[in-house]
Amino acid sequence: MNEKLPKVLKAAGLDILSCMQCGTCTGSCPSGRQTALNTRRILRDARKNRVAILSDDALWLCTTCYTCQERCPRNIPITEALLELRRLAIKEGFMLPEHRKISEMVVEFGHAVPLDKETKQKREELGLDPIPETVQKYPEALQELRNLLKACKFDEIVAQK
Amino acid sequence: MEKLSLFLGCIVPNRYPGIEKATKFCLEKLDIDVSDLPEASCCPAPGVFKSFDKATWLALASRNIVLSEKLERDILTVCNGCYGSLADANLELKKDPELMACTNRCLKEIGMEFKGTVEVRHIIEFLYKEVGPEELKEYITTPLDLNVALHYGCHLIKPSRDRKLGETEAPVFFDELVEATGAKSVDYTDKMMCCGAGGGVRSGHAVESLKMLEHKLACIRQAGVDCIVNACPFCHLQFDRGQLAVNEKFGTDYSIPVLHYSQLLGLALGFSPYELGIEQNAIQNIEFLAKIYEISAGLR
Repeated sequence: MNEKLPKVLKAAGLDILSCMQCGTCTGSCPSGRQTALNTRRILRDARKNRVAILSDDALWLCTTCYTCQERCPRNIPITEALLELRRLAIKEGFMLPEHRKISEMVVEFGHAVPLDKETKQKREELGLDPIPETVQKYPEALQELRNLLKACKFDEIVAQK
Repeated sequence: MEKLSLFLGCIVPNRYPGIEKATKFCLEKLDIDVSDLPEASCCPAPGVFKSFDKATWLALASRNIVLSEKLERDILTVCNGCYGSLADANLELKKDPELMACTNRCLKEIGMEFKGTVEVRHIIEFLYKEVGPEELKEYITTPLDLNVALHYGCHLIKPSRDRKLGETEAPVFFDELVEATGAKSVDYTDKMMCCGAGGGVRSGHAVESLKMLEHKLACIRQAGVDCIVNACPFCHLQFDRGQLAVNEKFGTDYSIPVLHYSQLLGLALGFSPYELGIEQNAIQNIEFLAKIYEISAGLR
């Protein structure tokens, strides 16, 4: 039997085996009140190595607010485990197009939210330099950032699968 | 370390420059030694990068930290998201030599090395610990007669194991900083709830994100406040621009002004809403602005 999910979590130092399915996580989840996210079920499915959760959109409905992790009576690092499951999902090629776009923004501009014309004008109204003192002002630094992303093979990670 | 570098991140300089201006005004008035941090990039956004690949997340975060190490200054953030990314990365690298070595192998490609010599600070915990609400009161020239719905945001205080800012169900330190300006921090239902933007949800699942926001806004409106105060430009963006999106999506008519704490403090230090970029918000609430100008003119 391939026990991939529990193994990956354990290797990352995230032990979810002490979960007693009490549901405090789900009951505390601000997203779960409005959406299909059921944290307790994700923990159970991960423990039972149900890899289908990796392709489930619910994994991306977590705002990472950490309330479940703070309240867990067994001190399970739930939010961190969920992030680990997300990273596994990315490796399997499950990536929302909106998130891919944000990654591409960082590669191109050094910022997830790049400067726009409207804000340039707002900056001038406030007496600020229209171009902020960040990587977007320094082409060499931006190239350095891109080189770093390449060294991490980030381009391969976000490449369309 | 007394010296700081101001880490801008993305949303402050590229969407809400008023927060940048307000922060610089406040730090100058308080005589805090802060410099720019040229060449800094996205923190990187934890909702996407930390969710994608840990090595890349650590590499980009550590590059930003190294820029500040070179200046021999601690990093000051005004954003919970940036704080989450940079403080978490800094802590993980400092406590795990193997991880540090691995990250430094990536950084070597661009001639950098993470040494672990600086701290990452958030303006709220910095002001609370290094100035304190009582001393802050001495700087206030325009006490603000305002009722405020305070939104802590998640990553300022959580995970509490690493933040060490006390318990997370009903913290008070930020409320004390708000009340130092003369404003009243009004309690409201689900005050500690997330704004709904984080974790890549705002970008990836817009409707669900707005549903969470709408719930917060309904609770805040019920409390009858003058404005929302936050410590995070991403929460700020969600509350400000998100209100218009909520109105459009759900047929509501919210018009609650949104201020970053730097802007609230800026008002209490005598700066005008115009100077602090409050008038650049998506939410234009004339009644609120009139009230602020009345307070500033000593008419209230």
